[in-house]
Amino acid sequence: MTDTPLSPLDEAGIDVAVKAALAAFAAAGDLDELKTARLAHLGETSPVALANRAIGGLAPADKGVAGRLLGAARGRLQQALAERQTQLEAERDARVLVEETVDVTLPVGRHPRGARHPLETLQERIADIFVAMGWEIAEGPELEAEWFNFDALNFGVDHPARQMQDTFFVDPPESGLVLRTHTSPVQARTLLERDLPVYIACPGKVFRTDALDATHTPVFHQVEGLAVDKGLTMAHLKGTLDHFAQAIFGPDARTRLRPSFFPFTEPSAEMDLWFPQKKGGPGWIEWGGCGMVNPNVLRACGVDPDVYSGFAFGMGVERTLMLRHGIADMHDMVEGDVRFSTQFGTEI
Amino acid sequence: MPRVPLTWLADHVDVPAGLTAEQLAADLVRVGLEEEAVHPAAVSGPLVVGEVVERTPEPQKNGKTINWCRVDVGPEHNEPGGAPRGIVCGAHNFEVGDRVVVALPGAVLPGPFAIASRKTYGHVSDGMICSARELGLGDDHDGIIVLSTLGIDVPVGTDARALLGLGDEVLEINVTPDRGYCFSMRGVAREYALSTGARFTDHALPTPEQEAPATGGVEVEIDDAAPIYGVPGADRFVAQVVRGVRAQDPSPQWMQRRLTQAGMRPIGLAVDVTNYVMLDLGQPTHAYDLAKVTAPVVVRRARAGERLVTLDGVDRVLDPEDLLITDSPDGARAARVLGLAGVMGGGDSEVGESTTDLLIEAAHFDPVTIARAARRHRLSSEAAKRFERGVDPRLPRVAVAKVVELLVEHGGGVVDAVLTDVDRTTAPPTLVLPLDLPGRLVGVPYTADEVRETLDAIGCEVGDERDGTVEVRVPSWRPDLVVPVDLVEEVARLRGYDAIPSTLPVAPAGRGLTHGQRTRRSVARSLAEAGFVEVLSYPFVATEQLDALGLPADDERRRTVRLVNPLTESHASLRTNLLVTLLDTARRNVSRGQSDLAVFEIGLVTRPAADAPAAPRLPGGVRPSDADLAALDAAVPAQPRRVAGVLAGAVEAAGWWGPGRRADHTDALAAARRVADVVGVDLVVTADAEHLPWHPGRCARLTLSDGTLVGHAGELHPNVVATLGLPARAAAFELDLDVLLAAASGEPLQALPVSAFPVAKEDVALVVPSQVPAADVLDAVRVGAAAGPAGDVVEDVRLFDVYVGDQIPAGTTSLAFSLRLRAADRTLTAQETAGVREAVVAEAQRRFGATLRA
Repeated sequence: MTDTPLSPLDEAGIDVAVKAALAAFAAAGDLDELKTARLAHLGETSPVALANRAIGGLAPADKGVAGRLLGAARGRLQQALAERQTQLEAERDARVLVEETVDVTLPVGRHPRGARHPLETLQERIADIFVAMGWEIAEGPELEAEWFNFDALNFGVDHPARQMQDTFFVDPPESGLVLRTHTSPVQARTLLERDLPVYIACPGKVFRTDALDATHTPVFHQVEGLAVDKGLTMAHLKGTLDHFAQAIFGPDARTRLRPSFFPFTEPSAEMDLWFPQKKGGPGWIEWGGCGMVNPNVLRACGVDPDVYSGFAFGMGVERTLMLRHGIADMHDMVEGDVRFSTQFGTEI
Repeated sequence: MPRVPLTWLADHVDVPAGLTAEQLAADLVRVGLEEEAVHPAAVSGPLVVGEVVERTPEPQKNGKTINWCRVDVGPEHNEPGGAPRGIVCGAHNFEVGDRVVVALPGAVLPGPFAIASRKTYGHVSDGMICSARELGLGDDHDGIIVLSTLGIDVPVGTDARALLGLGDEVLEINVTPDRGYCFSMRGVAREYALSTGARFTDHALPTPEQEAPATGGVEVEIDDAAPIYGVPGADRFVAQVVRGVRAQDPSPQWMQRRLTQAGMRPIGLAVDVTNYVMLDLGQPTHAYDLAKVTAPVVVRRARAGERLVTLDGVDRVLDPEDLLITDSPDGARAARVLGLAGVMGGGDSEVGESTTDLLIEAAHFDPVTIARAARRHRLSSEAAKRFERGVDPRLPRVAVAKVVELLVEHGGGVVDAVLTDVDRTTAPPTLVLPLDLPGRLVGVPYTADEVRETLDAIGCEVGDERDGTVEVRVPSWRPDLVVPVDLVEEVARLRGYDAIPSTLPVAPAGRGLTHGQRTRRSVARSLAEAGFVEVLSYPFVATEQLDALGLPADDERRRTVRLVNPLTESHASLRTNLLVTLLDTARRNVSRGQSDLAVFEIGLVTRPAADAPAAPRLPGGVRPSDADLAALDAAVPAQPRRVAGVLAGAVEAAGWWGPGRRADHTDALAAARRVADVVGVDLVVTADAEHLPWHPGRCARLTLSDGTLVGHAGELHPNVVATLGLPARAAAFELDLDVLLAAASGEPLQALPVSAFPVAKEDVALVVPSQVPAADVLDAVRVGAAAGPAGDVVEDVRLFDVYVGDQIPAGTTSLAFSLRLRAADRTLTAQETAGVREAVVAEAQRRFGATLRA
């Protein structure tokens, strides 16, 4: 570059200046260097800018030529500058992203999630199965009148079956109150309260005077089912149980009925579940009790057994959970250790 | 529960050779008799009869003398070449030529004790000569069994397991309370026949002679002045005398063996025979020493104050409801108590050493009378178990005949020609059964013939069909068959439950879960998502647990329902709040190393009224009147559903990101508010300085807007935290979910439109006296803002700063609020937002003398 100003008509000189500018833009390694190059080659004191300013002093005939020459030169430089600017910005952005990299494998559990108790979620799941069939969910008190727990269900005062229930009695004994030994009192309450037909399931807590060990707990849960309608048979009972078993244990589940005795059903049956994962090989295991509602129970609830029939069933929720999830010891379910519930999360 | 030795069962029904207990269990479970246990054979492996052919006593250095014997155990078991086996024996009560029981190598005796060939006392002993005790046949260890002394004479080499009944498996079954007749071999055999079609022989049908009236024996009177439910305590009493019996002799080996297999201990002939007949036929009988009984024998209720020492040696005070067997010494009629009828005899008339003449009793007692007596005296005897379930009233004569026959056969003696039979039994009921009822209830199209055949098979007499129904006379041994559906069950179970098809019933369309049920799920789910873990705790509490909460003596939460029979005496009360048991669960978790904890529970608590009435005693089988139903409901204490939570330790974990955060009262409050939000109810928060177990300065009382108490939340009292061993500053909440749910409308929410106009933000810092609760100031801000000239344009108010310090006067606090303002229909002007600000300050000024912070 010479110290003499560039003539606006010096085509070769302008070309030299443009080349120098292009080389400087290309050589700029970052946005700061590019800025310096821009000021040097396109700034107010740059040769191209000074030449441009000198156009005003030219003869009118030359102005057009010089204007075209310098306009083309500046246009070329502006474009080159913009391209280089874009390129360097992209490089900078990419570099920043690399620099901002963190270790995404670092633990992030600042607010751990809690969990539901699986006995509760299982009862909800069971309720959903029955609701899906059009049944409704009924509830009743845990501390119950003896009449609802026993008499309404055809347990005679002196019948040995009443003694088999290992009942917690309330003090004083004349209070006529017990901790319900099964969810069956809800049958009676429902039939007394609702219009027929009735299709209800009742999950809930029940109580027996069994000390806690690996397979017993004094406080446990049952789910009771009751259907009272015209024309119901044991075949409907069996169909309901099969559907329930499959919904809980999968499509290969099936049930078997065995003759048994309960005061509130006649005929009565024990219900076995086919269990492929049984210890020592697939086999039947006891799952619950069931039968056709005893006409005496219907009468106690103001239902005419000559017009209506019904079936009822009940099974242990703990037992169902143990079978379904391979739980060996009752203690884990009742002691309230958070490590037990936490395994299950919020669904089951 | 009854035990069924397979060989004994075969006395009543044809069983296939090689029947196993497992197969028998499978056959019986089909008809409703469940397996309780299979008791394996007492001895396995080779156990044979041998004859001692050589016996050489050999004194030992230790002073003992052993016998080196050669025993012929038959060609199959002798040494190769036929030589007798060499066996060392320590007993001396036998001679050459005696036949004995030999356990050969490979046998396993009770213990279990495996027999092997072994070197001892310088010989190889190739088996063992057995004593009764070693075989589990009794306590006799005086010496080895010499078979001739038992009257057994069989060839050498005979299988002694079969001979002594030591190879039998025994099936124990579970009999449901309705099937008392299965407490006998007779009954189980009948069910086996019904299940398999095997031929059953009823050994207990009375002969025509046994059905005829009988008098002239010992005088017996049934004199029940106080029947229960109008049913006399006894309706049959048979008594017969046998004279000159060796009553205390051991009973025969086979009988002892069967008794042992059935789980009873052989005692002596008279007692063993009565037990044997009871196990065989199901009829309890009793043998009295005739010399200690003075006629007339009277069956009556006890008088107040009477006592009896029963055979188990217990001196019992009798209840006027107890039914007694009495006699009449010195002409005083019914003065002496001989026994508790149907439950247990007394010691006075017990058969003893000097007994020669026996009075045999077989009676039929009322199940309710016996059940109550057995329960009252906690005496669940074998006799009581049968009577309370119902015994065949036609059995007594048959049973007495069987008892005297066995006594005379094995103990000598002569039976009196006459006997007494007081018989007031009535014929079993006749039921009217619609022939289509079984099919209608079971869902299997049984034909009339199938129904008939099944009822025939169980012993019913079925009459001719009339208008689709038949009259069915039930057999005497089935007192459980009372109404027609009982017959339906018989048809269903004997035609097989596996014949019942599987048909899903179609219920009418349902309404789904109730609002309450859905909302409760949401509450639980929401707490779980907020970091709480759901647990369940038992509702049983000890007074000490209420003490640990620091509850004052007159606190309502101390008025508990108590149990008569708690599992542990100390934990006799039912919880009146959830925290009392939840805190226990929290403590258990902490003690197991879970020091950062957030747990919650949803459950019922019991809140008895101070003067709750008792529940009325009402009969079953009839619908109670509305008034009676109301009385039942009034007696059942309130059981509100609560939700409670406990937080302790860190609520946010420390980590590489920095320090954690310890749970405090705000977390408990936030959880409580979250629950109320889920339900959709606004809570009013006020301070509560007097509600243990909470910290007096850090406890919030939560109510509905009408003042109804919902619950409390905050930090626990430091004393409570220390007593329970929880981490410092533990916090808790407990809310009444029923109150919250009742306050929620459950009606569909009516939505507000969303304004698209721009938001205006305004910050206001108010300086108020420090004792003014923030909630009140916030309320003033809200109310004031709404009262501004622009109308209610407040979208949100947030308290973002609390300042106490040098820049404001002592005794005051600066509360800074951020307001978001937006109108539904326009952009707010600067003048309007300034107006809101002025209105807020004016309201706070009016209420608390607040000033705008400079």
